[in-house]
This record gives sequence, structure tokens and C-alpha cells, in this order.
Amino acid sequence: MNIVSMFIGLTFVNNVVLSKFYAICPLLGVSKQPKNALNMGFAVTFVIFIASIVTWLLYYYVLVPLNIVYMDLITFILVIASLVQFVEMFLKKTSPEIYKAMGVYLPLITTNCAVLGVALDNISANYSLLESAVAGIAVPLGFTIVIYVFALIRERLEIANVPESFKGTPIALITAGIMACAIAGIAGLV
Amino acid sequence: MKKIDILKKGLFVENPIFILLLGMCSSLAITTNLTNAVGMGMAVTAVLIMSNMIISLLRKIIPNEIRIPVFIVIIATLVKCVQLLMNAYTPALYNSLGVFIPLIVVNCIILGRAEAFASKNGIFDSLLDAIGMGLGYTFAVVVISFFRELIGTGGISLLNPFDSSQVIFDLKLFEEYAVSLFTQPAGAFITLGCILGFVQWLKIRKSKKEGVSK
Repeated sequence: MNIVSMFIGLTFVNNVVLSKFYAICPLLGVSKQPKNALNMGFAVTFVIFIASIVTWLLYYYVLVPLNIVYMDLITFILVIASLVQFVEMFLKKTSPEIYKAMGVYLPLITTNCAVLGVALDNISANYSLLESAVAGIAVPLGFTIVIYVFALIRERLEIANVPESFKGTPIALITAGIMACAIAGIAGLV
Repeated sequence: MKKIDILKKGLFVENPIFILLLGMCSSLAITTNLTNAVGMGMAVTAVLIMSNMIISLLRKIIPNEIRIPVFIVIIATLVKCVQLLMNAYTPALYNSLGVFIPLIVVNCIILGRAEAFASKNGIFDSLLDAIGMGLGYTFAVVVISFFRELIGTGGISLLNPFDSSQVIFDLKLFEEYAVSLFTQPAGAFITLGCILGFVQWLKIRKSKKEGVSK
């Protein structure tokens, strides 16, 4: 498959959040401030990129030769958990500010569907190592763009006159729905 | 706490999706029709019951520092079992739920209950908690999928999850007025947003009533 069209497809057309529904929890949780949203995006990008390469290598060079493909879920989740632990330790040392701002959502990257979802999709779509690496950048890029734009909209929503019952999560979800309409508008681009 | 309260709180007061906002990814993705929602609800409930019981039994053995990785490995093992069983016995459901069956591993409800309840309580209470939370999840996805299928296709149908050729009921009400947006991703967000708005409205009304009576 053409790498460029695959990249655009995974970033925009099949956007990870708005058309595949991965990573809704961080979308709602960390999107109150644009700056935190961007940091979250970078952390997730790093984890997904490394995870998609490592899990691909493990799957085709360890699990398949040993004929233990059914161990895929357990292997993948352990790889992801250790990567997240590494990012957490790294951020704690280098920038305690970001570490504090992201709070509980940092360890929760482990249970971010997008990370495991990309790793599993790479295998089920029979991607090569290069294609997996491209997916490992394109998918979290789509996530970062959506979560950043979403955070900007939510900042504006804070001062909007929303009915009392819809304040907070309900209006945020409806906003996401309208963004999903926009993404659906470019379906068929690739 | 009374046993019945443990069971009941998962259904309404602490409903995992409508109140705690856990496990949103799967609840948005698989609610395109009622059959998928029922199947997913059963899968999540099964994993939740087993993981809560096993973790409750092992809670004194698992060292506190590494409890999260241990929980995740236990859950991943159980989910893989459920995935293989569903592949064997419910192939149609397995295909339509797709990647969201293995993604039960990272469903926050399971890990959340393990951390918040099963690692602190006895096996019987954990079992009740799992049943309550599992039914609460099933109830929530059934409600979401009911509206999405009804508005999106103009009808409502339920197939036997174990045998997709067996139709339990299939109503066609207003097919010519169907809004297909609701079966698409955008519809999922809007439906859940409206339901959460309704839940919040109920909460506000209740707190206002209590304020008046005081």
C-alpha cells in the first residue's frame, strides 16, 4: 500500500478517536487545558510508536516461531505497561511540572485503548514492519490533533451559555459528535 | 453494607458508564445494534465476574507495589479465554465486535473494580459487585444501542447471540424516516451525550427536591 495515502488515511479519514472510538477516556479527561492535551498527545505518540514496533517484532520473531500466538494479548499488554512506566519515570526526572499536570492520566496510558488497539490492528491488518511504524506515528498524530482541537473548543465552551443539565461531559460528547461529522465529511479521500 | 446494596449500586447509583464514565470506548463503538450490545455486555460481565473473584482470592498474596501489572496479566489471560470461546461458539458476534473483544483488557471498568473493590473485599462481596457492575454496563450499552438502532435504522431487532440465524424479535417501525447518522460514529457521541444530559437533569432535579424538603 502507498505509504502516503496510508498515513493520511490513518491520521484523518479513519481517525483513531472520532471514527474508531479508541482513547475516549483521555479525550474527556485531559482536554480541559490545551497545553496538557498537547503533552498527553506527545506522551501517547512516543508510547504508541515504540509499542507498535516492539510488539510487531515480538509477534513475528517470538510468538509465531514458538507457536504461542494465543499469548499475544498478555505479551502486548506487558510491553505497553513497561513502556508507560518508563515514560513516567523519565517525565518525573526531567519535567516534574508536566508530570504533575498529567496526574493520574499518565499511568492510565497503559489502559488507553489506542495503544493496544494499534498493536492489535497492525497484526490483524498484516502490516509489514515499515507499515506498522508508519501506523505508529500516523494514529497518535490523529489523536494529538483531535485532543488539542477538542481542548481549544472546550476552553471556549467554559464561557458558553450551556443548559445546566448539559454542562461538562454531555456537551463535550456532543461536541465530539459534531467533530466526528466533520471527519466523516472527508471519508473516501483515500 | 448490605449484600443487596452492593449488587444494586452497580446498576444505578454507580452505573459504570452513565455515572462513573468508565469504559466509554467500547460503549460507543459496539452499540450500533442491540445484538452486539447484548453480546458485549455478556462478555464484559463474564470477564468481570472471573477477574473480581480471582483477584479477591489472591489479594493477600499479591505484593502492593506490583499489583497493577499482576491485575492486568490476570485480566489479559481471562479476556483471551473469552475471546477464544467467542471465536468458537459465537462466530458472527466475534466478527462484528472485532477488536473490541481483546480491548476488554484495557476496559477501565475491569481494572477499576479490581483496584477499588476486589483487592479490598472478600470473594462473595466481590462476586456481587462484579454481577452488579456487569449488569450495569450491559444495561447502559443496551439503552444506548436501543436508541441508536431505533433512530438509525427505523426498527429494532435482537438475534440470538449464540446462533445468528435465530431471530428473537425484529420490529420495523418507521424505516422511511431513519436517520442513518445515528448508526455512524457521530451518532454514538450525540446519543451518549444526550443520555448523560438526561442523567444529569435527573440528578439536579433530585438535589433540588432534597433542598426544598430541608
